Amino acid sequence: MPEIFQYEFMRNALAAGLLASVACGIVGVYVVVKKIVSMSGSIAHASFGGIGLGYLLKFSPVLGAMLFALLSAITMGLVTRKTKLPEDTATGILWALGMALGVIFIGLTPGYAPDLMSYLFGNILTVPASDIYLMAALDVIIVALAIAFYKEFLLLSFDEEFGTVVGMPVNGLYLLLLCMVALTVVVLIRVVGMILVIAMLTFPAALARQFTHDMKKMMLLAVVFGMVFTFGGLWLSYVLNLASGATIILLSGLVLLLSYTATGLRRRFSAHKTAI
Amino acid sequence: MMGSDVVRLEDVWVSYDGTAALDGINLRVSEHDFLGIIGPNGGGKSTLLKVLLGLVTPSRGMVTVLGNPPEKSRNKVGYVPQHSNFDRNFPVSVREVVMMGRYGKAGLLRHYNGTDRQAAEKALLRVGMLDHATAQIGQLSGGQQQRAFIARALVAEPELLLLDEPMASVDSAMQTEFYELLEDLKKEMTIIMVSHDIGAVSVFVDKIACLNVQLYYHGSREITPEILEATYKCPVQLIAHGDIPHRVLREH
Repeated sequence: MPEIFQYEFMRNALAAGLLASVACGIVGVYVVVKKIVSMSGSIAHASFGGIGLGYLLKFSPVLGAMLFALLSAITMGLVTRKTKLPEDTATGILWALGMALGVIFIGLTPGYAPDLMSYLFGNILTVPASDIYLMAALDVIIVALAIAFYKEFLLLSFDEEFGTVVGMPVNGLYLLLLCMVALTVVVLIRVVGMILVIAMLTFPAALARQFTHDMKKMMLLAVVFGMVFTFGGLWLSYVLNLASGATIILLSGLVLLLSYTATGLRRRFSAHKTAI
Repeated sequence: MMGSDVVRLEDVWVSYDGTAALDGINLRVSEHDFLGIIGPNGGGKSTLLKVLLGLVTPSRGMVTVLGNPPEKSRNKVGYVPQHSNFDRNFPVSVREVVMMGRYGKAGLLRHYNGTDRQAAEKALLRVGMLDHATAQIGQLSGGQQQRAFIARALVAEPELLLLDEPMASVDSAMQTEFYELLEDLKKEMTIIMVSHDIGAVSVFVDKIACLNVQLYYHGSREITPEILEATYKCPVQLIAHGDIPHRVLREH
């Protein structure tokens, strides 16, 4: 087993998995408790426009994804707060616009778009070193922001109105949170692909919620679960010869379902106890 | 500071999309008053509180809270919102919820320190929730949750306390306890409470205001049936429970 780490692609895969787990463990918790799963999905899918732009203008599609993800996060944050456009309409519009632009840009690109599948569906085994450095830098930013603004994001997620009453800059922080989601999307894109980013973002956090009601512990647990799913899924995909990104998601989805079923059954069997 | 008003509204109008929510409100509240605002749902009671908190700007008129525009006085105002608006499953403890009230003192980026934690302990003790400090907020009963939210409003040592329908999810036995707590708090601050439950409000408050877009009465506790009918826009039938109606209605 250890000889395999002689290979750079394997060391990169290990690093990518770890870095992705940190990002999705922390930001995923906010996405789940603040119930912005749909919006995060739309930011993820809108990034496809940036991937296409990268192909067209011959720069890294990952950087393009970051540009478009941040743009959609900012647009989403401003539009939902300053206009009367309802959140889920804005979500739908950004989702569709980003994807459509991506398809058009790729169509305009002469020749064939190399690696497109790995951006859409992920391929943890072909992550180049340059992307690892980017992921590490983004992780540092995400962790720093999460620590610095811990009490702000907690209040923002729990009771925005009260946050305004006590003088917190609620709209600005909301925008910042959405931007953190955008950065996380970029970190996860290589591991599970743009289409399944939302699953990687939410499943570890949702599972962690089953085990604790302390948000800090929830983040730690979500990071650990992220790692277990990433490496477990990767190993399974090797053994069963399946696509790695999708296997990671299937594994995490199944474990999450099992966990909810177990909780449900446990509640049913202790129904004679007084419910709170 | 003699005669200075804690709250002063002069000819305040608020409209949402062309419909008037508040119409020509004139109101003054003095220090250490305990004011109960009653009226039907949709009559503007929550809007009035939001004006006092600076969450809603009047289209006309002047508002001062503790001598300043509402946004400037936020750090001296404690707010207990209507009970329903939070996720019962949220991963947060009672203590963490109470600490949120210290945000105004801490400010952006500064983490809560020892002073903040002590203030939270004091507030939890005051409302009798110290034993439940580590419980997840959703695991408590309605009355316990309300006490936690009152602690959250108290933790920044406010001069004015605003409560929006605080008794809505609390059973009547607990309500008396709550009112006794508020009576105690009144010694240190001014209290304004919004409620649609006339009978319960009457015993403990000093002054009552009847609000239904317009202010029909503001003054002492005695309200005539005519005032109530004007406020509620229909003949009001009160069910007698002990002393309470006698205090609300002038003998006739």
